[in-house]
Amino acid sequence: MNMEWETVIGLEIHAQLATRSKIFSGSATAYGAEPNTQANLVDLGYPGVLPVLNREVVRMAVKFGLAVGATVAKRSVFARKNYFYPDLPKGYQISQYELPIVQLGKLEIVLDDGARKTVGITRAHLEEDAGKSLHENFQGYSGIDLNRAGTPLLEIVSEPDMRSAKEAVAYMKRIHTLVRYLEICDGNMQEGSFRCDANVSVRQKGQEKLGTRCEIKNLNSFRFIEKAINHEVARQIDVIEGGGKIRQETRLYDPDKDETRPLRSKEEANDYRYFPDPDLLPVIIEQSFIDQVRATLPELPDQKAARFVEQHGLSPYDAGTLSASREVGDYYEAVVAALGAAHAKLAANWVMGDLSASLNNDGLEISGSRIGAAGLAALLARIVDETISGKIAKEVFEAMWADGQSADAIIEARGLKQITDAGAIEKVIDEVIAANPKQLADYRAGRDKLFGFFVGQVMKVSGGKANPAQVNDLLKKKLQGQGSL
Amino acid sequence: MHTLTLAGISAGIKARRFSSVEVTQHFLGRIERLNPALNAFITVTADQALAQAAAADQVVAAGKGGPLTGVPIAHKDIFCTDGVLTTCASKMLSNFVSPYDATVVRKLKEAGVVMLGKTNMDEFAMGSSNETSWYGPVKNPWDLSRVPGGSSGGSAAAVAARIAPAATGTDTGGSIRQPAALTALTGIKPTYGRVSRYGMIAYASSLDQGGVLTLNAEDAALLLGAMSGFDERDSTSVDLAVPDYTATLNQPLKGIKVGILKEFFGKGLEATTESLVRDALEVYERLGATLVEVSLPNLPLSVPTYYVVAPAECSSNLSRFDGVRFGYSCAEPKDLLDLYTRSRGEGFGAEVKRRIMTGTYVLSAGYYDAYYIKAQKVRQLISDDFKRAFAQVDLLVGPTAPTTAFELGAKVDDPITMYLNDIYTIGANLAGLPAMSIPCGFVEGLPVGLQLIGPHFAEAKLLNAAHQYQQQTEWHRRIPAGYA
Repeated sequence: MNMEWETVIGLEIHAQLATRSKIFSGSATAYGAEPNTQANLVDLGYPGVLPVLNREVVRMAVKFGLAVGATVAKRSVFARKNYFYPDLPKGYQISQYELPIVQLGKLEIVLDDGARKTVGITRAHLEEDAGKSLHENFQGYSGIDLNRAGTPLLEIVSEPDMRSAKEAVAYMKRIHTLVRYLEICDGNMQEGSFRCDANVSVRQKGQEKLGTRCEIKNLNSFRFIEKAINHEVARQIDVIEGGGKIRQETRLYDPDKDETRPLRSKEEANDYRYFPDPDLLPVIIEQSFIDQVRATLPELPDQKAARFVEQHGLSPYDAGTLSASREVGDYYEAVVAALGAAHAKLAANWVMGDLSASLNNDGLEISGSRIGAAGLAALLARIVDETISGKIAKEVFEAMWADGQSADAIIEARGLKQITDAGAIEKVIDEVIAANPKQLADYRAGRDKLFGFFVGQVMKVSGGKANPAQVNDLLKKKLQGQGSL
Repeated sequence: MHTLTLAGISAGIKARRFSSVEVTQHFLGRIERLNPALNAFITVTADQALAQAAAADQVVAAGKGGPLTGVPIAHKDIFCTDGVLTTCASKMLSNFVSPYDATVVRKLKEAGVVMLGKTNMDEFAMGSSNETSWYGPVKNPWDLSRVPGGSSGGSAAAVAARIAPAATGTDTGGSIRQPAALTALTGIKPTYGRVSRYGMIAYASSLDQGGVLTLNAEDAALLLGAMSGFDERDSTSVDLAVPDYTATLNQPLKGIKVGILKEFFGKGLEATTESLVRDALEVYERLGATLVEVSLPNLPLSVPTYYVVAPAECSSNLSRFDGVRFGYSCAEPKDLLDLYTRSRGEGFGAEVKRRIMTGTYVLSAGYYDAYYIKAQKVRQLISDDFKRAFAQVDLLVGPTAPTTAFELGAKVDDPITMYLNDIYTIGANLAGLPAMSIPCGFVEGLPVGLQLIGPHFAEAKLLNAAHQYQQQTEWHRRIPAGYA
């Protein structure tokens, strides 16, 4: 039996909203504080306390909704999701259920082969995060850290529109880029600010009906998502081809063993008994507020990439790379602004090349770059005005990266200025030719390839500073016996 | 001194006829002497009360302070009080010392009020007789073999017995008005959203509302005014200025339209109670009111609607009592499930468990639409009925409770009969309307209450109507034998 299988994936992405305080209390949301130091009576679910909605989260959710072309609900409702767990102080999580704040959006993703695909976004709703259980040894007990309890989340639910792990990753990355563009989430996956659950099923190709799905919980790296989905797809196909049936269940991915294992089946699932939270009023959003938020929307990644292609003449690939993060785009644009749009390609090459490599080496974000946009532009300006060659520029860049001096200071101090004085270049050429009589004779006898040897020698003697175009020109004349020897 | 109203005590302190410390000592002495038979208090905060009184006396001595400076009252033990045991009359919270003050408590503190202690109640405010308290039932000062009503039964008994001049209460389905009726007090539940629920331990969030039990409408106006108002900590509190309720007490009632609620005079209402309520209507007629009979056809559905909505909310509200962070925790749990089931199984009483189970059931998958959603729809219909009625009349009037105070233990084993006690009071909670109960007579020595219901934020009108009635009648001045 050799059937063709189709994978169907939908993602539920949890983006932690970058507010200073929690969604329903004034506690700070900063990551990494001592356990339980950022939990007040509301977060602890003390008797009598009440939640009060942080307006900032509404603004952020609206921003997201507008960015994915969704409907922003004029009226959305917080509901209680009831279940018992020690890291859930109230015994219910405040979330949105029947009436989420963002409804029916979509997002275009670009696949490896350059093809584009639209993924539907069913909904995005606001909710509070739970705390964290610490299973280290507390004399046989579990510890609970409620710092995270009440942290605002935007849960972004996609349609089951993705057909491979790669598509799922492309979509996840696209959302990741978007939420950082919108400055509503820091996107830090290690700290859990951006994570997802994947709903995965398989079906025979051509079949309309969806297969039974499994939900893989808590995937917090792009690599894990891909591996977990691929593993899960293989498992499901194995089960079905072996004559078995997929049980609807929740599974956990174990990155150490590269496998998913069951957490709970549908039958064991909680009945969450959702109902509207009577402590919170429905969220009513006026059109004027939506308009106001729309006015604050930044240029979005696709818009930015299109502009780079149109205004700067970049390839779609380069434009896509440079617009993948708002900070990189801003940096690149600052360099172009200083250098002139005519040299956009040069700026793009340097930002994607030497700068990106150096940032990677040092594990830095572009915001922490040792060379600012103005500094890089000043360096590139020296290439443009032919003070230095592209090759020397790499040396200058490294020096700038190492000690933070300006390009001009390094060029000056190291005497790296390009030699453009014809007399000085001729002098070097004469020296080289005089020192290599055999090669000269061979060249003149027809071994044209030796031209490269002479160029190399001239550049070497000049310390790489001779203007390459002039060297070519003058050398050609001299070797052919023109001019004095 | 203990027969004085709040206004009387306030005037006495201001005129230096006595000090706040003297009044406070006097009431503390009465509590010590009379409370054991009544069981109205769970906690008496004598030291704190005397310190507050001494501070109030200094304020008065400096020529400062307001109408409530130095006046002692009691708080229902559902309100969180900083540094003081706050039990909700449950074993679950029998060790809970609140780390903060409820907004109501804070506001009254700021107004200079002295807290005598925390009053007994039905466990988590679930009950109509104050018999579900883990601290034992409260006795009605009018007849110690009878219940004082509930859930604010401790507050009612304390004020009726003059061991506290006034007390706070909460009303989810009648928990202020019904005990007020059964103890000859004035009790008001304001509009939902008028008084902050912050720090008021939640039973059914969409119905709970704080209020007061006092000796007359003037005291109610004074106290309610001080504890009302918008609170940014309670999203359901309403941002609307609080009028001076005392300023309009003496407005004439001539020309107002009073609606007689047809549905309140049917089967189940004791004839003796009915006749006293009809007498009260005559008083209003003499005061210049026009009586109009109005019908609220959906009102008879109040009780079943309430017993879906309130348990649903309570089943979720009480989930936080899990033995993990505060309150009762079972001894030596085997594992997490054991910790949960035994802490809750041992910490909650039977009525609380009954409502948690009912609520869990009506919210369950497959039953939600049939119960919870349907109840919400009926709730809306009841609200609409009231809205239509208030397009015709200024106030609605009827009995507060179908009977006078019943014997302790009489209805304990029959929850349905017990629930029917709130048949007249629940409607106002479902519709979020202000409502009050005032004494309108006695049957065989037991008080009967008259209920007034107004449109949203018509507290001033209710208090005005109550005060005018009390200018014509003496029922509210009666003191139970042995407590004068």
